[in-house]
Amino acid sequence: MNHWIIAPVVLPALLAPFILMVIRYHLDLQRIFSIAGTAALVLISLVLTGQTLGGDIHVYELGDWPAPFGIVLVLDRLSATMCLLTAVLALAVLLYAVGSKWDERGWHFHPLFQFQLMGVMGAFLTGDAFNLFVFFEVLLIASYGLMIHAGGPVRLRAGLQYVIYNLLGSTLFLFALGTLYAVTGTLNMADLAVRVAELPADQSALLRVGAVLLLLVFCIKAAVLPLHFWLPAAYSNAPAPVAALFAIMTKVGAYSILRMYTLVFGPEVGVTEGLIGTWLLPAAVLTLIIGCIGVLGTRKLGRLAAFGAIASMGTLLIAISVFTPAGTGAAMYYLVHSTLATAMLFLVADLVIERRGNDRIASDVKLPQNGLIASLFFAAAIAMAGMPPLSGFLGKLLVLDATRDAPGAAWIWAAILITSLIMIMGFARAGSLLFWKPFDPSLVEDEPVDHQMPKTGKTAEVVTARAPALPFLATGGLLVALIAMTVLAGPAMNYANATAQQLYQQQDYINAVLGGASE
Amino acid sequence: MIAIEVLFASAVGVMTAAGIYLVLQLRTFPVILGLSFLSYAVNVFLFATGRLVVNQPPVLTKYAESYTDPLPQALVLTAIVISFGMTAVVVMIALSAWLSARDERVDMENEDPPPDDTEDVASVEGQP
Repeated sequence: MNHWIIAPVVLPALLAPFILMVIRYHLDLQRIFSIAGTAALVLISLVLTGQTLGGDIHVYELGDWPAPFGIVLVLDRLSATMCLLTAVLALAVLLYAVGSKWDERGWHFHPLFQFQLMGVMGAFLTGDAFNLFVFFEVLLIASYGLMIHAGGPVRLRAGLQYVIYNLLGSTLFLFALGTLYAVTGTLNMADLAVRVAELPADQSALLRVGAVLLLLVFCIKAAVLPLHFWLPAAYSNAPAPVAALFAIMTKVGAYSILRMYTLVFGPEVGVTEGLIGTWLLPAAVLTLIIGCIGVLGTRKLGRLAAFGAIASMGTLLIAISVFTPAGTGAAMYYLVHSTLATAMLFLVADLVIERRGNDRIASDVKLPQNGLIASLFFAAAIAMAGMPPLSGFLGKLLVLDATRDAPGAAWIWAAILITSLIMIMGFARAGSLLFWKPFDPSLVEDEPVDHQMPKTGKTAEVVTARAPALPFLATGGLLVALIAMTVLAGPAMNYANATAQQLYQQQDYINAVLGGASE
Repeated sequence: MIAIEVLFASAVGVMTAAGIYLVLQLRTFPVILGLSFLSYAVNVFLFATGRLVVNQPPVLTKYAESYTDPLPQALVLTAIVISFGMTAVVVMIALSAWLSARDERVDMENEDPPPDDTEDVASVEGQP
């Protein structure tokens, strides 16, 4: 058996308690081990991705129990890609957290971070629906701790809302799994796919209820309208590196939708035919629209980034909800892009907030390192809004191309194109208020210079004194990844399309898990 | 047999309804109670997903002519442990939120205040 598959789960699972118990009072050691562990995770994910390039599906039977009885981990192109994306994102975010000293503003940042990675990796790798629930809980309980890292009344209350909302989601998840188990008698995803396909149409009512309940759970995670209410408050009040890491959490919802509704309730399964796409597509379009309105309307930088994240989830789910290989290929490309771009936007927003001392979008403070931060913000805004030359443009183009034959294509195209314009306006407004207006000579002449500084609590000089390079390096690293995705768009797209093709060869997955798993 | 199923179904239904009502309150204590009710409801529901069987062993032996499905019992056990842990976490976060703000409301303040209370925008833009 291929033991590499369990490594992304085991490594953080061992590292976190080690950091917590052995080097609890040594922040430097914690940082070294945490960064080393995450870098190792990148390497492991690279190895795993390499193993899937040939199109094989690898199965790891936990405790060596054969498939429908024991829990399996399944490694295919989709899960390997998601693991690699998680590891790369985590490394950049961790470097930022260390460089900006966010990790020393509260207790246990590094152990929680590793537990979070363990949950996310497990959710991407598992081939069992109940095990997916367990890994969801692992990543959620770690995210509760990270969300309220560094404390403060507003953050605690936002964290409380986040926890309550997700506990409701978990309850719904259990109801959905119970319903599915009651109908099919199994929770192994491959076995579920076999049983669901065999189910006669007249017994399918309960199964459809289960399928839609499950979709609701994943939509809560993916912040699809009208289940997105938890996201703006949670993401804008979370510590910035945590919010950037949470960019992968909404993608866990998107991944679960992609996995369950191609494998188990796939497009050609009779009992749920057309059910999922019919509901998901309008919801995704509305999510995109509400995200863009939020970007244009908000007066706070954190919420700007949070609504940008909602808008990108809208675009991603439009591509997913057509459920064709072309749509899924576009979704894969856009998923990787939007995760990196959202994380970058949150990190740049934090660079600004740290220097301003508050998160209002206003022009009352001259930022130190204005040029550099403005350039990074400009790049992140271009990526989020989907303008050329960065990969967001290619991603949106692919989504438009994939939805050309979908029902209501005119509406989808209109929504994507108009919301892109609204987002450009929103980001342009925020960027010019933050970076240009404070330096506009026609405005500054009217205002006495000393008048501006005492108005905000923190003066600019204090922040200038410490401008560590690591946060810029981490943010720039994400930008480099986005540029690489643009330059290597051809190979990346081939890879994404091959991944999508594999998702629609459900029989290969089922054979790998149930049939040929013993060798 | 019908009696058991009616009892089971109405227990799940009543607990879910009570849980949803309590979760919709605006103070943390009723909300936490509501979450507990919901988790009890889902645990009972999960228990019934293997069908209700009376007086049968949870393992299939050559002496037993029938058996009750053991898997939902294992699932319920996992769900109980997780919901117990989650309740502890939410109680701790609610406590610290109350201790730091002396306020147990769940809803947030207006997060995007209108521009009137940010006078700096007006001072830059509104000067003739």
